[in-house]
Amino acid sequence: MPTFFEPKELVTPGDLLAEGNYMAGENAYCENKKVFAARIGLVEYDNRKVRVVALRAFYIPRIGDIVIGIVTEVGFNGWEVDINAPYTAVLRASDVLERGFRPQKNDLLSILDIGDLIVAKVAAYDRGSNPIIKISEPGLGKISRGQLIKVTPTKIPRIIGRKGSMITMIKRETNCRITLGQNGLIIVSGKNHEDERLAIMALRKIEEESHTSGLTDRIAEMIRKQKEGRKNV
Amino acid sequence: MSKPEKLLDKKGLRLDGRKLDELRPIKMEVGVLNNADGSAYLEQGKNKVLAAVYGPKEVHPKHLALADRAILRCRYHMAPFSVEERKSPAPSRREIELSKVIREALEPAVFLEYYPRTAIDIFIEILQADGGTRCAGITTAALALADAGVPMRDLVVACAAGKVDGKLALDLMDLEDKYGEADVPLAMMPGINAVTLLQMDGSLTLEEFQKAVKMAMEGCKQIYEMQKKALKAKYVAIKEEIQE
Amino acid sequence: MISSIVSRVKQKQIAQLIAKGIRLDGRKLTDYREIKIEAGIIERAEGSARVLLGKTQVLVGVKIEVGEPFPDVPDQGVLTVNAELVPLASPTFEPGPPDENSIELARVVDRGIRESKAIALEELCIKPGKKVFIIFIDVYVLNHDGNLIDASGLAALAALLNTKMYNYELENDEIVRKPGYTPLPIRNHPVAVTFGKINNQLVVDPWLEEEQVMDARLTITTDKNGNICAIQKGGSGYFTTQQILDATKIAKEKAEELRKLVVEP
Repeated sequence: MPTFFEPKELVTPGDLLAEGNYMAGENAYCENKKVFAARIGLVEYDNRKVRVVALRAFYIPRIGDIVIGIVTEVGFNGWEVDINAPYTAVLRASDVLERGFRPQKNDLLSILDIGDLIVAKVAAYDRGSNPIIKISEPGLGKISRGQLIKVTPTKIPRIIGRKGSMITMIKRETNCRITLGQNGLIIVSGKNHEDERLAIMALRKIEEESHTSGLTDRIAEMIRKQKEGRKNV
Repeated sequence: MSKPEKLLDKKGLRLDGRKLDELRPIKMEVGVLNNADGSAYLEQGKNKVLAAVYGPKEVHPKHLALADRAILRCRYHMAPFSVEERKSPAPSRREIELSKVIREALEPAVFLEYYPRTAIDIFIEILQADGGTRCAGITTAALALADAGVPMRDLVVACAAGKVDGKLALDLMDLEDKYGEADVPLAMMPGINAVTLLQMDGSLTLEEFQKAVKMAMEGCKQIYEMQKKALKAKYVAIKEEIQE
Repeated sequence: MISSIVSRVKQKQIAQLIAKGIRLDGRKLTDYREIKIEAGIIERAEGSARVLLGKTQVLVGVKIEVGEPFPDVPDQGVLTVNAELVPLASPTFEPGPPDENSIELARVVDRGIRESKAIALEELCIKPGKKVFIIFIDVYVLNHDGNLIDASGLAALAALLNTKMYNYELENDEIVRKPGYTPLPIRNHPVAVTFGKINNQLVVDPWLEEEQVMDARLTITTDKNGNICAIQKGGSGYFTTQQILDATKIAKEKAEELRKLVVEP
């Protein structure tokens, strides 16, 4: 039962990953007892399952995900929110307002307007309709400060690190609050511009080098060097 | 330019010095545009092609959307300065036909059923043309689709073969296409041996046609390896840099 | 894939920082982004150049054809500028005939070249009243990250300086090519400098997000002698007289700096 690549090897769409009694996992597909890659990424063999950790992909909503979005439309029953996915998300007025209250557009505008940034949770999603998000939980809601950056969504686990080691280190060393959206959007909020820029630099470096090892050390090293450089200025 | 006296010299070499079964020099780069979700740039001989992908994203107007799958939209367009005599920027009938056959060449590769009610837009701009631009366009667009993270069954690659001065030749350039006897552009997904574009103009016997198809497929397979390399290039370079 | 709406948080940040004299990307109010100019990249064209202004990318191709002159200037060549905002450059560009933005872009670039008499059109006459050279300047925007006017103007100038015409002879009213090329006769070097007005401050070379936040836009094109040869105010806001006068002074200085990048690289 042959496999054709080493674990964590770089593969491209159409690469034959395995032949025989295998199942296709994420970013791979099966045809005629052959498993092929569907996206560019690193192949992983897990017993009988073959998947690809994609290096280039867009976000598809999953129920329970924390996402960051921008309000793009205000309607009579709620808002449309861009969550960096192929489908616009819907935030219902009933999620935000008290039950029994009949919403009017003006009221909605005063709560959230076009261009507002929010942290939300995906409440419902099926392929037939747009994802529904909610902000009626602690920790969710409108964002009033910080810088928004975008990374490939598949890199978010790397940014979190094992047991949160990477993200905790960055937050500590840069003194920034970092809110991660599973959809690849991240809010970085620090005490000053310099700290924010440092945190963003670290996040971008992880995005670029996510396919390599020893990343946590290199990021820590880079942050240290930058901070030293600042002291000497 | 007027018709050259001969397309092959005494040694059987072509006007640009190539052998009959030789591809033009090819260069590829992925991720060259900032706004597009995916992009790629390709040079093949004097051809210079830029491709970009936007999507999948919701379709507007909504009546264009399909309930069970994404739609693929493709625009093949030539810059006014890409050809010898300046071309008007308005789409010509040729560009409209090519936009269609190129879309149909790429569609079989994309898992459209994963993204109902969305559109995936492909834009191909020919910045400089020297024959075989529909093939170069398909090859570049496939890279842009992969760069955009659109899941695909395989990369699509394209190459043409034809007949010049009585001999079958690979990867015709403009003069050879204009003054030769036949041109057969072909696109395929090499991993699953599926031909997704096939056209012909000129005159060939059945046997010549078979040989031309085989020749074009050989060319495709060579270009396919280059596509894979180009997609991996950035990651390989970073890994090497780190290991130093 | 994220929409092109600039979040309110960012709009506020941009405006606040500008009030303090700096911009979100660290630039001073009168700084340009990094500029890269490459000439001669499309060999098929008679002249060409690509400009990278920050992430904005513009490609210009110059083609020379033979045609009839305009009846009121029978002994002059013809200049025509066209701009394409091709859809691959931005999620906001749709395929189709030129819209008002691409037409404005083309006409502002045209104005700079025409009014500064940059091209010696009198030298492009072949047979007065019958045959002249037509210079087609095609502006192709490849990536829109703000300030298309300045990027296009620089690319057009670089492309013109790179343009060669084939040598020819007139035989019985027919043009016969001779070996060799002559550079297109260029007499002047117009350079456009564009300002955005944000929070009542003028910023030079607004990038895309600043453009989405600004009230109005002012482009001032000066020639190599420091004379103003074209101006265009855009957007639905307004400028005060003082702002306009300040802008003309800054434009002249910045144009000098930019001109050096094109004319003596």
